[in-house]
Amino acid sequence: MAITSIKNLKEFSTNNDRFEGAHLLCPGCAHSMIVRELMNCTDDNLVLASNTGCLEVSTAVYPYTSWDTSWIHIGFENAATAASCAESMYKARKRKGTLKDPDAPVKFVAFGGDGSTYDIGFQWLSGAMERGHDFTYICLDNENYANTGGQRSSATPVGAHTTTAQAGSVSYGKKQKKKDIVAIMAAHGAPYVAQLAPNKWKSMAKGFQKALETEGPCFINTVSACTTEWKFDPKDTINITDLATDTLMFPIYEIIDGHELNILYRPKNVLKVEDYLGAQGRYRHLFKPENKHVIERIQKDIDEKWELLQRREEARI
Amino acid sequence: MSKGVLATDKRGIRELGAEEKVGWDEVTQGVTLNSFVGESENAAFLKAEERNYNDFNSYTATVASWRIIKPVYNRDICIDCQNCWVWCPDTSIISRDKQMLGIDYDHCKGCGVCVEVCPTNPKSLLMFGEAEETEAALASWPEKKKKEK
Repeated sequence: MAITSIKNLKEFSTNNDRFEGAHLLCPGCAHSMIVRELMNCTDDNLVLASNTGCLEVSTAVYPYTSWDTSWIHIGFENAATAASCAESMYKARKRKGTLKDPDAPVKFVAFGGDGSTYDIGFQWLSGAMERGHDFTYICLDNENYANTGGQRSSATPVGAHTTTAQAGSVSYGKKQKKKDIVAIMAAHGAPYVAQLAPNKWKSMAKGFQKALETEGPCFINTVSACTTEWKFDPKDTINITDLATDTLMFPIYEIIDGHELNILYRPKNVLKVEDYLGAQGRYRHLFKPENKHVIERIQKDIDEKWELLQRREEARI
Repeated sequence: MSKGVLATDKRGIRELGAEEKVGWDEVTQGVTLNSFVGESENAAFLKAEERNYNDFNSYTATVASWRIIKPVYNRDICIDCQNCWVWCPDTSIISRDKQMLGIDYDHCKGCGVCVEVCPTNPKSLLMFGEAEETEAALASWPEKKKKEK
């Protein structure tokens, strides 16, 4: 296993990028930051599979490909299946001795957006986790179907305006809570499950390396700020992600073997959720006086979730 | 012209040149795009300038026309912290042997993330209009700002 050094950024930057520019993701998209970081975390050969989503449609626009490794484009829901089947075939061919270079280390990774992870590909992902293949699934969570025009997904948080959960005189946007995918994946008994954010590059790189090293199915949920649908300036991607982690809207933590929870980042000053909401156009309507109760509800949910995480970490169960 | 696309159509599997494009009706089972010419090696051990890119690799394409503002890099102030390298979404910061060398203007989309994450004072990367000359931009670089108390 050739793990690259992540001691500091200077050493990390000596890696050679295997994700090429001139892909067609929006300027300032966090998807490519996360993908680049994953591919720089290791020197091993990578076999990647992508669910349909922003990442897939913008990195393989015929006749161009942005990937310098093996990359499989498959249906909306089954990147987990493709990666796990590639892994099974690799094992089988290794056993039969039909591989050209049987000693070359290979890692299998599947990427999915939140739509294909939380909703459409959920059954396939769950199946692959249960079968226990040695692969890593990375969810690039931008909280809506950004590729098709910003429809609501089950990852969209309470109060957000989307094209199919619109805010106006009748509604305040999405009314339902976000699905807790990390807990669901941990409940599968996966050896490593984590929620990470690109602004904390070191904890993210550590998490990726841990997931790649761990044998068995690993799941990582990453926050991917979407400039187009969250409605903020492209240059602010990292600032918005900073706000997301500092307001604890996205706590960064890992769950090992389905029970041992570690919090990886504790903000020194926990900010109020208004700072995060106010920085994005999709929450603008919440600052009207009649929608004040929604902000209070969001803050209450965050506090409860943070309390639960801290208790679980202390309990060491 | 290098070849590398394998298309499966009614006539069986055949290899296509870059200039020959197949429509969706012709492709029935799958297309393979090869990133590199010839035998592909693990690109992790090759720097971008050592790689033998195929015409199908998006490295050979450009998105420079997306930009209306561009980042300009000032070597004199840079401390090589590599913040811009790790957070550039377009692989457009050229960094070799722990040193930042410059910006790849073929692939930069002008999002401005690199300027936001630059920690120096004044910033060693700033956004200027696309038409502005680099020398003129460097000449108009702002002075060091005093800390506000």
